[in-house]
Amino acid sequence: MNGERNETALALHRKLSEIWGTPPGLGRLSAVNHTAIGLRFIVTSGIFFAIGGLLAMLIRAQLATSASPFMDEGLYSQVFTMHGTIMMFLFAIPLIEGFAIYLLPKLLGARDLAFPRLTAFGYWCYLFGGLMLLGALAAGVAPDAGWFMYTPLSSSVHSPGINSDVWLLGVTFVEISAVCAAVEITVSILKLRAPGMSLARMPIFAWYMLVVAGMMLFAFPPLILGSILLEVERAFGLPFFDPERGGDPLLWQHLFWLFGHPEVYIIFLPAAGVLSTLIPVFAGRPLIGYGAVVAAIIAMAFLSFGLWVHHMYMVGISHLAMAFFSAASALVAVPTAIQIFSWLATLTYGRPRFSVPMLYVFGFFFVFVIGGLTGVMLAMMPFDKQAHDTHFVVAHLHYVLIGGFVFPMLAAAYYWMPHMTGRFPVQHLSRAAFWLIFIGFNVTFLVMHLTGLLGMPRRVHTYAAEAGWDTLNLVSSIGGFVMTFGFALVLLDFVLQYRYGRAFPRNPWKAATLEWAMPLPPPVYNFASLPSIDRRADRIAPRETGAHLAAGRGYLGFVRNGQMETLGVSITSGRLEQLIVLPNNSFLPLWTALATASFFIAMLAKLYWAVPIAMLLVLFFFLGWTRVTGSRADCGALSVGEDEDAVPHAECSGAPSWWAMVFTLASNATLYASLLFGGLFLWTSAPGWPAQEPPGMSLAFSALTAGMIAAGGALGAAAARRAGRAPRTFLLASAAAHLTATLLLGWMALNGVPDRTGHALSAVCFAILCYAGFHTALAAVFALYGVWRDATGFISQRRDLDLRIGRLWHLYTAVAGVLGVAFIHLLIAMGSAGGAS
Amino acid sequence: MFRQGGTFLGALALAGCSGDLSALDPAGPAARDIARLWWAMLAGSALLFLLVMGLFALVMLRPEAGRRWSPRAWIVGGGILMPVPVLFVLLLFAFGQGERHLPWRGEHNPVRIEARAHMWFWEFHYLDYPDVEPTVDVLHIPANYDVDVIATSDNVIHGFWVPRLGGKVDATPGHETLVRLYADRAGSFGGICAEYCGTGHAGMTFRVEAHTPAAFRAALGLGEEETE
Repeated sequence: MNGERNETALALHRKLSEIWGTPPGLGRLSAVNHTAIGLRFIVTSGIFFAIGGLLAMLIRAQLATSASPFMDEGLYSQVFTMHGTIMMFLFAIPLIEGFAIYLLPKLLGARDLAFPRLTAFGYWCYLFGGLMLLGALAAGVAPDAGWFMYTPLSSSVHSPGINSDVWLLGVTFVEISAVCAAVEITVSILKLRAPGMSLARMPIFAWYMLVVAGMMLFAFPPLILGSILLEVERAFGLPFFDPERGGDPLLWQHLFWLFGHPEVYIIFLPAAGVLSTLIPVFAGRPLIGYGAVVAAIIAMAFLSFGLWVHHMYMVGISHLAMAFFSAASALVAVPTAIQIFSWLATLTYGRPRFSVPMLYVFGFFFVFVIGGLTGVMLAMMPFDKQAHDTHFVVAHLHYVLIGGFVFPMLAAAYYWMPHMTGRFPVQHLSRAAFWLIFIGFNVTFLVMHLTGLLGMPRRVHTYAAEAGWDTLNLVSSIGGFVMTFGFALVLLDFVLQYRYGRAFPRNPWKAATLEWAMPLPPPVYNFASLPSIDRRADRIAPRETGAHLAAGRGYLGFVRNGQMETLGVSITSGRLEQLIVLPNNSFLPLWTALATASFFIAMLAKLYWAVPIAMLLVLFFFLGWTRVTGSRADCGALSVGEDEDAVPHAECSGAPSWWAMVFTLASNATLYASLLFGGLFLWTSAPGWPAQEPPGMSLAFSALTAGMIAAGGALGAAAARRAGRAPRTFLLASAAAHLTATLLLGWMALNGVPDRTGHALSAVCFAILCYAGFHTALAAVFALYGVWRDATGFISQRRDLDLRIGRLWHLYTAVAGVLGVAFIHLLIAMGSAGGAS
Repeated sequence: MFRQGGTFLGALALAGCSGDLSALDPAGPAARDIARLWWAMLAGSALLFLLVMGLFALVMLRPEAGRRWSPRAWIVGGGILMPVPVLFVLLLFAFGQGERHLPWRGEHNPVRIEARAHMWFWEFHYLDYPDVEPTVDVLHIPANYDVDVIATSDNVIHGFWVPRLGGKVDATPGHETLVRLYADRAGSFGGICAEYCGTGHAGMTFRVEAHTPAAFRAALGLGEEETE
């Protein structure tokens, strides 16, 4: 009996591996599997961490003594700008994405993420964007205006070289990857879980990542918008930030910190999620205060969007507004404390054991609590007036980011390395490495608080001996080098573990989450069959569940037509809802990312004629993705094992791709709202308003344009209701209306705002018209795509997913377009000389 | 004995904190209040840090000792009841202090000076004395008198900061920002640009010379003050 079962398990393993596996050699470039891509993200971010760390060593070498001749000020500015940029955008965020991509399907009981090709595309965007920045560093033209790129220093007047363009384009390229990952993670957590896993039964790490991915959807768009506007100002002279032409440098600061502060929590929360996962394991009991922790992280996410101004206390805003932001900043301490005390309670009600990951948890407590306390100090406005922009802030942010991110992620690395390699670490090196990092870190940064209070500003490449900062800086530099040795030892430790660690096939930590219910290292398909969850998913028994699943006794313990299948559930209850068929390995993500890279390179090289070609190329490749999706025949419910049936996702109203469009549009709406906010902000705050030569817009023409946009949207949306009943007429009419609207918007942009390089009012109107025109043009593509799918037999009354996804775009375009046209008239009325203001 | 020891330690700490640009070596009321706030917050933070680390040690080494408090008591007590009052008091105190040093407070008209930031030097215009030539990288102020500095720039963003006299403020093109300085003794104080402003950032230092009233007029090249 047992032997027979093993034989079935082995046969199933062979069949699944064949379907899910990645081909060898160059075929690896076509991999879309989340385990492979997750590891690529993790390793690549590790390499960037090493490069960023070496840059930090250069900084510490420079500052070790006063009047150091090591680097000149120009090189030094590239080094500190790239240190910050690499650590924030090329290390921290991608490492989080990597862990989430690797772990989430395994924690949630799925075989992959919802959009495997998007995972791969995101990785390539990250890699190519990162290489753009590194290439610039090697060529000596790296960004040099500080990692938050304050304009006018980063404007074309004060930074005429390509340095700032490299930052704006390279970072935006990398952010495409972050937004892709955010959509993918949100949808995967909400839809791709094991049946029975309601939201309230999710492992706590999934809650953290759900909140983080949601935050990424709303935090990145303001920065992407800011980067686009600043690049457009640099490249084409549209003045969004130039105070002499109605722009305002403060707009950049608002957009940057509207991203930048949530960013800190986007980095901290996954690390806290790691702690909420690890601490229960090493306490030997489930997390205490699961509900309180979920409430705390949601509260933190909301608060983090109300804090950005605390980076801007020095710009001269009203004291009452500052008091509000000060209070909000201090209040963040509460949800943080709730999590910390939940962890302490979990430990005290368990049987805590010390091991290497717990050593890093200790490091986290020690370092992060100090960082949190100095954070509360900085939230106090009077104190910030002294400490802002000094080395005190440098010390604080390293306490928060290294304490709140690097230490937990090293704990995570030690904890999940056995999962990734199937081997157990050699412990002696690990402990020595920890103590080197811990002591080196505190030596470097504890004294740095004092250096700052003694008056040393950030970002100075030299200082006078009389300032009295020599000893403190030398101590910091020595500490920094000790810490570097520690990190080198960690690297060596990982290599040794990978090469020589003893094999340890299952659940070495006695954890109670699903990712350990599989053989290690994990098979490409994760689970030979999918579990059914009847309790909170941090209380399962991996050994028994693993054997059960490997024998194919759960859901989908078989293969069908060589398809890659996993299950989708309803969002809150976790009830089985649909059978999701995933696309297989493909080179298309790589080609699409290369086309995207050609767009960014054309922008960087100022080959503007090539930019539209690159955009069409990207569109062409993306359309190519649809060739393997969908079906030409209605299928109906299929058996998924465990005596249950489910419809394929293409016939399900809540298909993952439909939700992906919802979240993409939410993110897109944030970008648009930031643009409209920018217009209003300039009207209230920028010098040089009202504008002397406002754009002239005929009300009748605008009404015609708005009507055309609305008609295109309404027709496109209505077509989705007619799937299977000749939707083509509606779609063609919609496409015609959208194309007409695009032409009308283009005409308005070119003829209605002649002064677009002369004043920000015109520049903002121009940007809104371009945004609307871009959307109507894409809406026409959606409509024509619908015609194509209908003509080729992919649409029926049951299989209307393509049209329903298009419907979302049509509706959004209609609302955004009409709103944009109305907003332009409002802004012109308020913001022009002789107007209402 | 203890008192002497305390004085000695205090003196040592002060020696470590002195410096031309030290925010912990205040020479005016705004900087002094902020330095006091810092020392108070440092003491409070040290206590909270020791408390959390003590609890961590307790739950790791003697977990059963922590079970005298219920899980709810841990979370509500540590997560809400402990931080909320501390934060409330701190916020009120800091808000009051911020309010006290706002530029619009004061019985008499302050001396008004415009600090124009260039790449990379400071130019000070004495708005109350239109005939006085602007000075470069040296700012003359009267001691024991409110001085309002209006910072601005026509190039990139800079930061005006005289650590021993008070907090800093950005000099942003297109905007004017205000900071109040007050030196409670005559003397020379260091100033430095706080916001990164390009390759000349580190060298963008200046001096504030605080004078007695007569010396102030002399420094600006004004005659003896006429009796009113």
